[in-house]
Amino acid sequence: MDRDAVETVSLRWLRRLVIAVFLLVTVFPFYYMLVLSVRPIERLLLDPGALVVGFGELTVATYAEVLRTTADGGQGFLTFIGNSGLVAVAATVLTLLVAIPGAYAVARLRFFGRRQVDFLFLAVYLFPSIVIAIPLFVVFTRAGLRGSLFGLVLVYISQTLPVSVYMLKNYFETIPVSLEESAAIDGAGRLGIIRRVSLPLAMPSIMAVALYDFMIAWNEFLFALLFLVDKPDRWTVSLGLSLLADGVEVPKTVLMAGSVVLTLPIVILFFASERLLTEGLTSGAEKG
Amino acid sequence: MTTTAPGPGRSPTRERPATPRRPLTLRRRESRAGLALVAPTLLVTIAVIGIPIVWTVVLAFQRVRLATLRKTGLFGEFTMDNIDRVLHTPGFAETLWVTLIYSIGGTVGSIALGLVAALVVRRPFRGRTVVRASMLLPYVAPVVAVTFVWQVMLDPQLGIVNHWGQRLLGWDAPVPFLTQESTALATVIVFEAWRYFPFAFLFLLARLQAVPGELEEAARVDGATPTQRFRHILLPQLLPVIALLGVLRFIMTFNKFDDVYLLTGGAAGTEVVSVRVYEFLTARTDIGAAAAQAVVLAVVLIVFVLIYLRFFGRRVG
Repeated sequence: MDRDAVETVSLRWLRRLVIAVFLLVTVFPFYYMLVLSVRPIERLLLDPGALVVGFGELTVATYAEVLRTTADGGQGFLTFIGNSGLVAVAATVLTLLVAIPGAYAVARLRFFGRRQVDFLFLAVYLFPSIVIAIPLFVVFTRAGLRGSLFGLVLVYISQTLPVSVYMLKNYFETIPVSLEESAAIDGAGRLGIIRRVSLPLAMPSIMAVALYDFMIAWNEFLFALLFLVDKPDRWTVSLGLSLLADGVEVPKTVLMAGSVVLTLPIVILFFASERLLTEGLTSGAEKG
Repeated sequence: MTTTAPGPGRSPTRERPATPRRPLTLRRRESRAGLALVAPTLLVTIAVIGIPIVWTVVLAFQRVRLATLRKTGLFGEFTMDNIDRVLHTPGFAETLWVTLIYSIGGTVGSIALGLVAALVVRRPFRGRTVVRASMLLPYVAPVVAVTFVWQVMLDPQLGIVNHWGQRLLGWDAPVPFLTQESTALATVIVFEAWRYFPFAFLFLLARLQAVPGELEEAARVDGATPTQRFRHILLPQLLPVIALLGVLRFIMTFNKFDDVYLLTGGAAGTEVVSVRVYEFLTARTDIGAAAAQAVVLAVVLIVFVLIYLRFFGRRVG
């Protein structure tokens, strides 16, 4: 056999092996999280190596403990889910309201400072969030905004805005100008053009950006930690879970149940919209 | 705004009739609309990002503690104390060094994994969509949840890694991966590569799929083997994206706080600058020192990026 044939055959097998390893490495931690969350802690201590839930072992007591209110002796995660949901939805909607006109302007209109705006967003996106966190911590402490969900939403908007504008801008640029021009000739004003022509065409991209923003806000940890830590009734799921681990001895299985509660909405959202999201995230990357 | 269609010959003559500068007005109108539409974005960005950055710099040169915060004005007494203190406190240089190793390790690891992943799922096969989606899981899942799972998996008592490591690989004793100096930093870097390879994967896959099929076909006809085709056809096409990913991932890892804080809390030789800043800010409530470190962090970062762009600038562009 010549070198070409050897390589082709061995690479074919290698490729299958590598795919299997990747699948194992990426999916296993989530599977493990799920398995641990439904096993009683005593069983886990006896047999830490088990990969399946034993017959008769299955329990949902961990979830009950996580979700029950603190008054009932639980960890009050239902409140946290409400907080996280509220913050994430508010941040997403407001980001889109701000980002859509901004992205349209950067994509289509020639105005003073347009190029600088582009650069500004990139710089902001890459700037260390801990640097921004210090003065925000100071301001929020002074203004009494620490512990308010509104303050957190405001921060999340600023965090998701640069990427949202960037992604939407890339999409707006792919819409043929001639479509907008014909609408203009038909007598539509600038806002009318945006609302009737550009927005409907950009819907897939807008959905992708909305999902992205939601995920960022739902997953965020640092700012929630800095601003909400003193107010247990305002905690988000991420924050609540991380502080649960610091507190008095909480069984690992309960922690895993909390992790599942935190992860599940994101995973469901993600698998429901995977195609939309991956294409939205890299559209424009081909130009590379 | 009314119609802005550039209709030659039937231009509405409202603002400046009979001057040849008519296009300028159109242009100006467009400019005004652009600024109006972009204004909310700019306002939010300046208020929540721009001003805080400037303020951090100001704070870095002031003596501020949380307790005295209400009394200090915005432009109080300026001092070089903080910077001086930060640069000379024991541990700062080490923190910077750890951050650098962590960033380079995480960047190289995630790009290498992402490249391999992109190469293996490039061609269609059954179940490709599911495989591709699964590979993105580490990136989209909440950081608090994935760091917990890793902690539990690596736990010396009930972690599955140590359990099977002792059974199958014959380890003598459980390895406390995240709490001993010799393994903690490496573990954190592996975690970083695991969590962020999907980012590199997405970009590299998109680029790979844009490589024209004829290129590879021609190389095949000329007798190039698969590894040669990768080396001489695909890799040169991917290099600009890899260079760009290098700078993006380096910056993001350099700034990273959550991952290290949640995995080790900065213990066992894994203290990166962000975690140290957080400690100064909350535990010691020394705002001046925290700000000074943050400024040093930003300056060091900017210097690195400039050096990088100097060497790879053409490729990134």
